Amino acid sequence: MYPARFEYFAPTTLEEACELLDRFDGEAKVLAGGQSLIPLMKLRFAAPQALVDINTVAGLDTLAEEGGSLHIGALVRHKTCERSELLGGRFGALGAAAPQISDPIVRNLGTVCGSLAHADPQGDWGSVMLAVGADLEARSSAGTRTIPIEELFQGPFTTSLRENEVITGLKVRDPGPKAAGTYLKLERKVGDYATVGAAVHVSFENGTVGRAGIALTGVGPANLKATAAEEALAGRELDDEAIVEAARLAAEAAEPQDDVRGSAEYKRSVARVFVERGLRAAAEGRTDG
Amino acid sequence: MATTEVRGLGHSVKRKEDERFIRGKGNYIDDVTLPGMLHMELLRSPFAHARIVSVDTSRAEALPGVVAVVTGELMAQHNLAWMPTLSGDTQAVLATDKVRFQGQEVAAVVAESAYVAKDALELIDVEYEPLPALTTPQQALEDDAPLIRDDKEGQASNLIYDWEAGDKEATDRAFAEADRVVELDTFYPRCHPSPLECCGCVADVNPATGKATIYMTSQAPHAIRTLFALVAGLPEQNIRVISPDIGGGFGNKVPIYPGYVVATAASLLLGKPVKWIEDRTGNLISTGFARDYHMHGELAVKDGKITGLRTSLVADEGAFFADAQPSKFKIGLFHIVTGSYDIPAAHVFGRGAYTNKAPGGVAYRCSFRVTEASYLIERLVDVAALELGVDPAEFRVQNFIKPDQFPYQSATGFVYDSGDYEKALRLALEKLGYDELRKEQAEAREQGRLIGIGLASFTEVVGAGHGKQYDIAGLRMFDSAELRVHPTGKAILKLGVKSQGQGHETTFAQIVAEELGIPYEDIEVQEGDTDNTPYGLGTYASRSTPVAGAATAVISRKLRDKARTIAAHLLEASEDDLEWDRGRFSVKGAPDRAKTIQEIAFAAYTDLPDGVEAGLEGVHYYDPPNMTFPFGTYAVVVEVDRGTGAWKVERMVAVDDCGVRINPMIVEGQIMGGLTEGFAIAAMELITFDEDGNCIGSNFTDYLLPTSWETPSFELGETVTPSPHHPIGAKGVGESATVGSPAAYVNAVVDALAHAGVRNLEMPVTSARVWEALQEAGLAE
Amino acid sequence: MADTAIEPMAAQTTRAVSVTVNGEAHAAEVEPRLLLVHFLRETLGLTGTHSGCDTTHCGACTVLLDGVPVKSCTVLAVQADGREITTVEGLQQGAELHPIQVAFREEHGLQCGFCTPGMMLTSVALLQENPDPTDEEIRWALSGNICRCTGYQNIVKAVHHAAAAQTSEGGS
Repeated sequence: MYPARFEYFAPTTLEEACELLDRFDGEAKVLAGGQSLIPLMKLRFAAPQALVDINTVAGLDTLAEEGGSLHIGALVRHKTCERSELLGGRFGALGAAAPQISDPIVRNLGTVCGSLAHADPQGDWGSVMLAVGADLEARSSAGTRTIPIEELFQGPFTTSLRENEVITGLKVRDPGPKAAGTYLKLERKVGDYATVGAAVHVSFENGTVGRAGIALTGVGPANLKATAAEEALAGRELDDEAIVEAARLAAEAAEPQDDVRGSAEYKRSVARVFVERGLRAAAEGRTDG
Repeated sequence: MATTEVRGLGHSVKRKEDERFIRGKGNYIDDVTLPGMLHMELLRSPFAHARIVSVDTSRAEALPGVVAVVTGELMAQHNLAWMPTLSGDTQAVLATDKVRFQGQEVAAVVAESAYVAKDALELIDVEYEPLPALTTPQQALEDDAPLIRDDKEGQASNLIYDWEAGDKEATDRAFAEADRVVELDTFYPRCHPSPLECCGCVADVNPATGKATIYMTSQAPHAIRTLFALVAGLPEQNIRVISPDIGGGFGNKVPIYPGYVVATAASLLLGKPVKWIEDRTGNLISTGFARDYHMHGELAVKDGKITGLRTSLVADEGAFFADAQPSKFKIGLFHIVTGSYDIPAAHVFGRGAYTNKAPGGVAYRCSFRVTEASYLIERLVDVAALELGVDPAEFRVQNFIKPDQFPYQSATGFVYDSGDYEKALRLALEKLGYDELRKEQAEAREQGRLIGIGLASFTEVVGAGHGKQYDIAGLRMFDSAELRVHPTGKAILKLGVKSQGQGHETTFAQIVAEELGIPYEDIEVQEGDTDNTPYGLGTYASRSTPVAGAATAVISRKLRDKARTIAAHLLEASEDDLEWDRGRFSVKGAPDRAKTIQEIAFAAYTDLPDGVEAGLEGVHYYDPPNMTFPFGTYAVVVEVDRGTGAWKVERMVAVDDCGVRINPMIVEGQIMGGLTEGFAIAAMELITFDEDGNCIGSNFTDYLLPTSWETPSFELGETVTPSPHHPIGAKGVGESATVGSPAAYVNAVVDALAHAGVRNLEMPVTSARVWEALQEAGLAE
Repeated sequence: MADTAIEPMAAQTTRAVSVTVNGEAHAAEVEPRLLLVHFLRETLGLTGTHSGCDTTHCGACTVLLDGVPVKSCTVLAVQADGREITTVEGLQQGAELHPIQVAFREEHGLQCGFCTPGMMLTSVALLQENPDPTDEEIRWALSGNICRCTGYQNIVKAVHHAAAAQTSEGGS
C-alpha cells in the first residue's frame, strides 16, 4: 500500500529528463500517467531509486494527423483518445480500444505510450499497434531513434527501450485512404485485463485487402501478431470464406494457457470468434469509407 | 403539532445520517486520530502451511521510527498468542509454532507512521519450513492427511464436527416410496463480503486510568467487549468499545480479529494509542470469508409432489473454526433447506473440516448459512422441474406451503410465522410477463439466440433469536432499546445493535415516531458505544428490525402507557377516558381537551401525579418468541453469447415480502444491494487456491466486484404478509436478496441451455464455464 | 514548479509542494512517496476522501485534479504541486449543498457512505461534460467507482436528479 522511498524529479525539458536517466543509470523510471507504475510501486514489485516525472515537459501531448499518419505524443491520455474523432474511421481499431482500457478514471491519467513502455503482456494497446502498425520515437542524451512496434516487445514487461531512453511519442502508420478496424475485448468486468482481445485492421486497395493487421491479447506470453492470418488475407476479397479462414489461422497462432479466466481451448475459440467478428465489421466499414 | 406531520411506519423519509456522509464528514475508523497515536502493520505468512523455525526482528527494530515489534513469542508471554473464537475453538493471534493459512498473522510492527511500519515489515526475517498444504476438505479428511491443528490436545484428525437435523427414518421411507429421485451435487464457492472499508481499530489503553477505549469496526460491540474482557483479562468495566461509522459490514466485521488483539496489547505495553487499519489484501486473505460448502441434495418425488428432502454437506472451515453463528448450530440455520415447500420429511447432515485457508464461513449476508440452503433447494427444484418436464413456476406452486398452513411446522423444526408464497410468485410472473417471455424464448431459439428465464422462490429465517435456542458464545441473542424523552419533547434512542449503512438512525426513529408521535427528526439514535448503549448482540443476520426493532416498539409503548398516566393527571380525567391519536391524548367525546406528547414530556419533569417517578424513559430487552420468515420470488432473464459464453441480465424482477416495511425506500435499497451481491456471487466472485495453498483472490485484480456497468437494473415489487408475533409486524430484509438471488441468476443461465441437455452450471458462472457447456451441447458459435 | 538538472547529489528526503485544495492554498514538505490520498487525509486533515483497496480498482479515493477525476491513491502528492484539487469537502459552498449532494440524499444514493465522496465527484465531472446523460452513459462514467451497498440503481437516479436540478437552475 505504501511505496518504498525514492527521489523525485520534475524536469521541464527532454534534455533534463535524459540527463536524469543517465545519472541514475537504469535505477530511474519515467513517470507519465503512473497508472501502471505507481500500483507496482505500492505493492513493492517495483522500487526505483528515482522517478523522472515528464508531465511538465512541453510539447508531448499532441494528438494529430500528420500526412496520413497519426501522431500520439507521450502525454496523450487514454481519455483524449476516447474522445477524439481522429480515432474512428481508418484508425477504427484505436477508437474501439480506447474506451476499453482499464476504467474511466484511470483513463484520465494513463497514457498510450506509457502503456506500451510498460509492456504488460495483457495490455490492449500493444495488440492495437501491432495490428495497425506504428513506430515509436525514443529519445536519450545520445539522440533520437525510431523503434518499429514489431521490435518493441521482448517479453513480459520487457521492451527494447534502453534504460536511459524515454518515449516521446509514436506515429501510427498511414493505413491508406480506405481502411477500417476494431478492437474486441472480452473482460470479466470493467477494469479487468482481457480474457481475450483481438485487434483487427484492414487497409483496402481496389476493393480487396491491401494489408491486414491482426493481433491478439491474453493468448500468449506477449501481444501476439497473427502473421499467417494476415498474409492469408493479403490481396483477397474480404468475403465470408476469407474471414473464416483468417480467423481459423489466427486462433491456430494463439498460445493460450489454462487459468482462472478459462481453458486454453476456450480462449482459442474466442480468439477465432473475435477475429471473425472484427473482420466482418471491417468489411462493413469499407462501405463507409 | 398536528399528528399528520409525524411520519412513522411506511414512510420513505430521507435519512438523517446522510447529512454527514454527503459532506464527507463521516467518522470512520481511519478518521479516528488520537494524540501520540502510533501505527501498526501486520506481517503475514507467505505459506499456507509451515513450521516457524525462527523469527528475527532485530533489523526491523533498528529502523528509525519503529517503536516496537511484536511476535507470537511476546504475545505468548502475556498469554495472548491464542484467543477463543466465536465457535468455541481457538485461533492464533500471532503464530508461534506453525502457520496454518497463507496470510496468517505472524508479527506486528508499531511505528510512528504506517509507511515506516510497512518498511519495517520487510526487515523481519522469518525462517519457515513448508509443510504440505490441504486445500480441500476432502483432502483434509483423508486418512493419511497431515494434522493441521496439532496445537489442540486430543485432535486426531482434521474433522471438526458432524451435525444433523430432521428425521432420517421418515426421510428414508419417503425416498423408498418415491417414484422418482432428483439429485444434485453443487459447490457454493468461497467468496468474501469485501465491504468497501477494511477492518481496523484504534486501541487506546490509558496508562493512568487503566481504561481501554477501543475504536473498532464492529457490528457487535457489546459482545466483543465481553469477549475481550475474557480474553485479555482486562476488567470489563475498564473496556469501552466504540464502533464509529462503519463503511459496510455484511458480516465481515463481526469476528474478533488478531489485529484488534495485538493493537490492544501493544497499546497496553506502550502506553500509547495504536491504530491498525488492514489493507485490502489483509482483508481478503485473512478475515471472515463466506460459504465454501460442498453440497449434495436429493428430492423424493411422488405423483409430481416433493415428499422428501435429503441433504449432506462438507464445510470447508479453514484453519480455525471461527464461524460467527449461534453456538448450538454447527452449520448455522442450513436446516431451513426445505425452503418455501411443504416437504413432510427431511434430513440434513453436515460435516466440517479444517483446511489450510483463512477461518470464517458465516458472513456475506448469509443469515447463518441460509444462502447455502436456499441455493441448494432452489437449484434442486429447478432440476426437478426440468427432469419432470414441468414448468418451474408451476412446479413451485404445486409444492408451496399454502397460506392456511401457517404457522407452519417444518420437517426440520422451524415454525414459519407467516407467508403467502404463491401470491409473491404470481406477482413476479405478472411483472415479468412470463408467458409472453416463454414464447419469445422459443422464437429466439429458432433464430439461434439463447434466452433463459430463471426463478427462485426463497423463504429464509432471520431475527435471532429466542434466548433458549440462540446464543453467541453463550450470550443469549436478545436485543435492546433504551428510550428517553426529554423535557422539550425530543428524544434519544439507544440501541444494542449497530448499523453499517442500513439506516438505523432513521428507521428506528420512525418506529418511535409511530408509537409515540414524536417526529422522527426529533429523535436521536445512538449505537455502537458500549458505555452509552444498552447491551445487545449487534447487527448481522438481518436481526436488527426483528429484535431491536421489537424492543423499540415495546419500550415506546411502555412510555406511552406512562404518558397516559401523566396525561390523565394533566387533564384531570381517568386513564380509561383518554384516546390516543398518534402524538396526543384527548378526552373521549371532548377532543379539545387534549395534551400532546411534548406537553406530557415536559410534565414528566415538572408536574407529576403523586407516586409517579419523574422522567419519561425506559429500557427493554426483547427476547423474540420466534424467528421471522421473509420470502419472495426473484425472476431473471438472460441472453447468452454463443461465441464467448458471456451472459447478460436483460431483466431482473424481485418481489419481496418482509412484512410491514418501516421505510420502503430503505428496504428497497437493501434489496438492490443484495441483488447486486447475489449477481456478483453468481457471475464472478471467487476466492480459490492453487495446490500449494496460495490464495488467488486476495486483491481486486483477482477478486472481482461488479461495477455499475455489469450490474443489472432491478424491477422491484412487494407483497406484505405481516409477522403475527412481531410488535410491528415486521420481518428482517437485509439479506433476503443475497439469499434468494444467486439461484435465480444460475437458473436463468441453465435455462438458456437446458433444451440442449444442460442441467447444471457451477458458480461463479463464468463465460468460460458457459462456453464449455455450450461446446458440449453443440451450441457454441 | 520547475526542477532543474542542477540538483544536489545528496538524496532528497522531502520536497516542497504547494497545492490549492477546495480553493484554499496549502504548502507542505512531503516525502516524494507520500500518496495524494494520504496527503489529503493526514497532512491536511480532510478525511472525506477514503481508501478502499491496494490495486487502484475501487475509486473510493477519487478527487478532482484540475477538474478531472483521478484516483488519489495512485497519484503522488508531489505530482499535485501547483495544481487545484477538489475533494468532497469542497462541494458545499458555504451552507449551500451542491446539487449532487442533495440528489444523493433525495434519491437514497448512499447507504454506508464510504464510496459516496468519490461517486459524487465523478458524477460532478460527468455532468460538467454531459449535462443530460442517459442511464448507460452514467453507468459507463461511474464504472471506476465501486459500491457494495446500493446496487448502483439509486446512484444513477441521483445523477439524473442532479442533472435536472442543474438544468433548471441554469434555465432560470
